[in-house]
Amino acid sequence: MATVAAVPASATGRRVQTGDAIARWVALAFAASILVLAALLVHELWAGSAGARHKFGWGFLTSSKWNPVTEEFGALPFIYGTVVTSFLALIVSVPLGLGAAIFLSELAPARMSSALTFLIELLAAIPSVIYGLLAIFTLVPLMRSTVEPFLKRSLGYLPLFKGVAYGVDYLTAALVLAVMTIPFVISVSRESLLAVPREQREAALALGATHWESTWQVVVPYAKLGILGSVFLGLARALGETMAVTMVIGNDPSIHASLLAPGYTIAAVIANEFTEATGKVYLGALVELGLVLFCLTIVINGVARLLIAATTRKGSKRA
Amino acid sequence: MTTRRLIWRKSVNAVMLTLTGLFTLIAVSVLLLILGRLLYNGASALDWNFFTKLPLSPGEAGSGMANAIVGSLEIVGMAALIGLPVGFVAGIYLSEFEDRYFASTVRFVADLLNGIPSIVVGLLAWSLLVVSMKTFSAIAGSVALSVMLIPIVTRQTEQFLREVPQSLREGALALGASKWKMIVTVVVPAGSKGIMTGMILGIARISGESAPLLFTSLNNQFWGGGLAQPTASLPVMIYTHAISPFDDWHRQAWAAGLVLIALVLVANISARFVLARGISVPRD
Repeated sequence: MATVAAVPASATGRRVQTGDAIARWVALAFAASILVLAALLVHELWAGSAGARHKFGWGFLTSSKWNPVTEEFGALPFIYGTVVTSFLALIVSVPLGLGAAIFLSELAPARMSSALTFLIELLAAIPSVIYGLLAIFTLVPLMRSTVEPFLKRSLGYLPLFKGVAYGVDYLTAALVLAVMTIPFVISVSRESLLAVPREQREAALALGATHWESTWQVVVPYAKLGILGSVFLGLARALGETMAVTMVIGNDPSIHASLLAPGYTIAAVIANEFTEATGKVYLGALVELGLVLFCLTIVINGVARLLIAATTRKGSKRA
Repeated sequence: MTTRRLIWRKSVNAVMLTLTGLFTLIAVSVLLLILGRLLYNGASALDWNFFTKLPLSPGEAGSGMANAIVGSLEIVGMAALIGLPVGFVAGIYLSEFEDRYFASTVRFVADLLNGIPSIVVGLLAWSLLVVSMKTFSAIAGSVALSVMLIPIVTRQTEQFLREVPQSLREGALALGASKWKMIVTVVVPAGSKGIMTGMILGIARISGESAPLLFTSLNNQFWGGGLAQPTASLPVMIYTHAISPFDDWHRQAWAAGLVLIALVLVANISARFVLARGISVPRD
């Protein structure tokens, strides 16, 4: 907000200005506390992982050993699990979310659109542990008894679908993540689509395009940066998601080619092993995993924020 | 030839538009499925004991989660006491005092903090408080949650203050008000509805968090021994009970899930409908 010119100095003016100066400094201190928090976070992660960083160096990222007894730690199985589940989740949630966003911004009447958007935002408000609760008791049995045997029967010749159908595995975790990221993809994509000027749609329609052609060939490309931003935002959420994944991933610190095998993610191993970890190296390794996760999400989030900021500056077709 | 092309284009149009509607239906029905299942399984497990008794061993009748309900209130309440004022004043700074390099840095960092996985925030509170106090404690949990709350409240406060018309500020200044008086008596009241909404949504969000509490406030099967002791909370209870092998505990987990979702939904719906009628709520 542009600062409004200060009150001119006079007899009472000086007192007024002192009050303003105090208010300003107090507010500044609170705003600065956010920077302090961020700095503290980086410092604690860095310092806390010092032992592990010195012992393993960069090899930490490429080793797939995870043995608390011999104090050998490597992050690869967790990075692999995190990345695989997140990307798999986006393969489901991006088309679904983008489709729904198109419906909400281009087709649905304004009232219906805002009611449905409200419901979808409630989906984003559901705590992660509740997704986990439902996944354990509904999705896992369904995957074990029906979906995974079916996949093995029809696509079992692929290495992706080999092994025993446990129900707790990469695939189930990815599905839960897909459901959890859909609301983010929908609401950010919808906003970018709504920010496309009305004239773009009208011009396409006037040239004889069908509703779908105008949407897919004109409106969506116009909003593509914002949609990409929503994808990155969803990705950042998926990478850092903890509780729901911990409850269905199967907790096996090794790398499997099959999506039906139990795995592990960075967030899940921190959640599971942190309170039981003994010894400086073990704790350090877990904190270093936290540092890896922090760096991953910071980069992805940064990209998402920049993309979203680039497109949703101005809106013209507000529902 | 051209008619066949037209028919093709029109059918693509119809199919794709139907698909988008179907996708929306899928997204919304997931919400309804989740709520329905919670209500079905939770309601049958929920009774008066749940609100008044302590958790018991599996197999014993009359088990409850009274300590977890009180513990959650303590932890979230304290987190709100820390997080709301800090975020609120920081938001005022961003909107009213400066719009230059420092402010945009704070804004960007707040957004990044907002996107950091909650479990990493838990690591921060652990190494700041649990290590030095040598015990898991409700305070450590509250600090973790307040670190999540501060950037949310900051950005929401800033956003709603920016929507206050410039003419109101000019009017106050023209009447001789000092800047801080203008902020306190004119700008903040004008944006108060939105700010309150943002605060309630922020509290709803942190009250469902369990990842940052796992190794800060830990858990407790009994009444806690004060703020400096391990303390039970609803989300962590849901987690430990859901992954246990006991049917009794699963029922308790469903009941706790229903209570938690009811709280979160009531906060969300009341904030968005009653308080913020006509205000567009920006997401985090």
